[in-house]
Amino acid sequence: MKTIAETRNFWLLVALGGLVTAVGLGAAHTMEVHGHVITGMDNAVVWGLPHVFAIFMIVAASGVLNVASIGSVFGQPVYKPRAPLSGLLSIALLAGGLMVLMLDLGRPERVIVAATHYNFSSVFAWNVFLYSGMVAIVAVYLWTMFERRFNAWSKPAGIAALVWRFVLTTGTGSIFGFLVARQAYQSALLAPLFIVLSFGWGLAVFLVVQAAMYRWNDRHLPAETLARLSRLLGVFIAASLYLVAVYHLTNLYFARQAGFEAFILRDGGIFPLLFWGGYVLLGSVLPMGLLFHPRWRSEGAVLAAALLVVAGAFAWLFVFIVGGQAWPLDIFPGHVVSSSFSDGQIAAYRPTAPEWLLGIGGLGAAFLLTTIGVRALDFMPQDDLPAVKH
Amino acid sequence: MSGEPKAVDGGRRAWLGVAAAGLAGVMLAPGVRLIEIARAAPARTGGADPAVRWGMLIDTTKCAPGCEDCVTACQTENGLGTPTRPTDARWIRKIEIKEIKTGRQASVPVMCQHCAEPPCVDVCPTGASFKRADGIVLVDRHSCIGCRYCMMACPYKARSFVHEPLTDQHPDVPRGKGCVESCTLCVHRLDRGEKTTACAEACAKAGHGAIVFGDLNDPGSEIARRVREIQTTQLRADLKLDPGVRYHGI
Repeated sequence: MKTIAETRNFWLLVALGGLVTAVGLGAAHTMEVHGHVITGMDNAVVWGLPHVFAIFMIVAASGVLNVASIGSVFGQPVYKPRAPLSGLLSIALLAGGLMVLMLDLGRPERVIVAATHYNFSSVFAWNVFLYSGMVAIVAVYLWTMFERRFNAWSKPAGIAALVWRFVLTTGTGSIFGFLVARQAYQSALLAPLFIVLSFGWGLAVFLVVQAAMYRWNDRHLPAETLARLSRLLGVFIAASLYLVAVYHLTNLYFARQAGFEAFILRDGGIFPLLFWGGYVLLGSVLPMGLLFHPRWRSEGAVLAAALLVVAGAFAWLFVFIVGGQAWPLDIFPGHVVSSSFSDGQIAAYRPTAPEWLLGIGGLGAAFLLTTIGVRALDFMPQDDLPAVKH
Repeated sequence: MSGEPKAVDGGRRAWLGVAAAGLAGVMLAPGVRLIEIARAAPARTGGADPAVRWGMLIDTTKCAPGCEDCVTACQTENGLGTPTRPTDARWIRKIEIKEIKTGRQASVPVMCQHCAEPPCVDVCPTGASFKRADGIVLVDRHSCIGCRYCMMACPYKARSFVHEPLTDQHPDVPRGKGCVESCTLCVHRLDRGEKTTACAEACAKAGHGAIVFGDLNDPGSEIARRVREIQTTQLRADLKLDPGVRYHGI
């Protein structure tokens, strides 16, 4: 039974999520009326903060399914009761990310064109299928978990979701990987890098949501479960750091990329600061300390580590997306160049309020969907109740 | 478990199923209808001649540093206005270059290079970026959704995004807020039967003659003769995009 207090809290959360989403939609409407001139984006930095939010959510949407995959595909009993929540978060994050991506289009009202005209040589067009397919597969997967008659189908559905999300994140990484024009991208490493990043980001989001749900219900995670989940997050962070390091080392190996690497890692002002301070220190080293140091391990420490991983993800994406565009195109190798169009110069980008509000609105939409989902169906992990243990 | 909660549960599941099916129907039906309408539309009549490859030869030894006549002519022809901010449209720009090793300088007009293998066309999700049979790379303003992926993919920074509402557009050159655009090789002139672009015309009028426009596939054309006789290069030739714009003297 749901108590009056629970019901009141639910509607408060719905109101909060709805308000944040509405503010985001309002920001998108302002951008639509005035054009992108009111954002910090221009003809050099064409993708800005909304893409940072959108790509975070889309990549995390794929990674958050890990929990379900480990449960139903690999049969780990600790993860099984968490599979439904993992599926719900995947759909919610995907919806939030796509909302931001779509509303940042120059012509968002033409989204029907994107849904009816496909150019199959475009990674973007593949992603339209990959995203909608992901929602459909995860919805079926959830159905097989909730509907007792279809429980037997839960494993095949889980395998389909596992395969699909690998393809999806390969697609997201390839959006950048196939851009031969820009030194920051054009790397075959980006697809696997995005997959590994998705593991850490998705698990971090899962841990944050799970911690909130447990705290509101005044429950505590079993120590063994907490230890397992925190070890896994630590391993994912380490793997991400390794692949990010390899990505930069391969770039440093090519002489013509050295200038770009010096910019992003040393001379580029905000970008090296966010990379080393935001991603490496706060988003990776500190959370690994919190997760692996035996004296620090507690629910609070794991939650702090997960939040730091999310903050580090935003820092990394900002460096990757905006920093990659801020570095000028090398149209005339071996020459110094200048023009009235800032050729040869580092592009400036300062995100404006509508961009922040749109991005946060996407997070609000994901929050809203999660809140409603958790209320409507039973997504609370039930591992401390022996009766429902499988 | 008693029977009562099951009944409630079953009712909720049934309701969810009906709701999901209804929602799917509402979301899919308009799309299916639109596809029908699109299929019923008459096929466009072909205009561009596949035997032609429009292109340009830019002789930087004749291009005067500081001269912006080609840029101004382009702005006037296409109703672009004078750009002052990084958000303003620039279809053609002058880049001053200096070789680091030798100190050799040149002034280079750069615009859409009208690649034979255009990366902007490859990445465009809706097919709005397209290459005409005669080699001109264009943006269909009706199907561009403004995702700006083509701008990420272009190695020449040749494309501009329309960042704000436009006024005083030229009827020959449709433009629109929220869409991406770039040099059209003055396609509206060519389709009227004219033989040159605004920039090439202005350069000739200024007495430089640094921009030669023509059909690269016609052995008798001036551009074909010149590229046969003098050494020319394509920008970022390492990418093997085969641009239709060639440069001499860099």
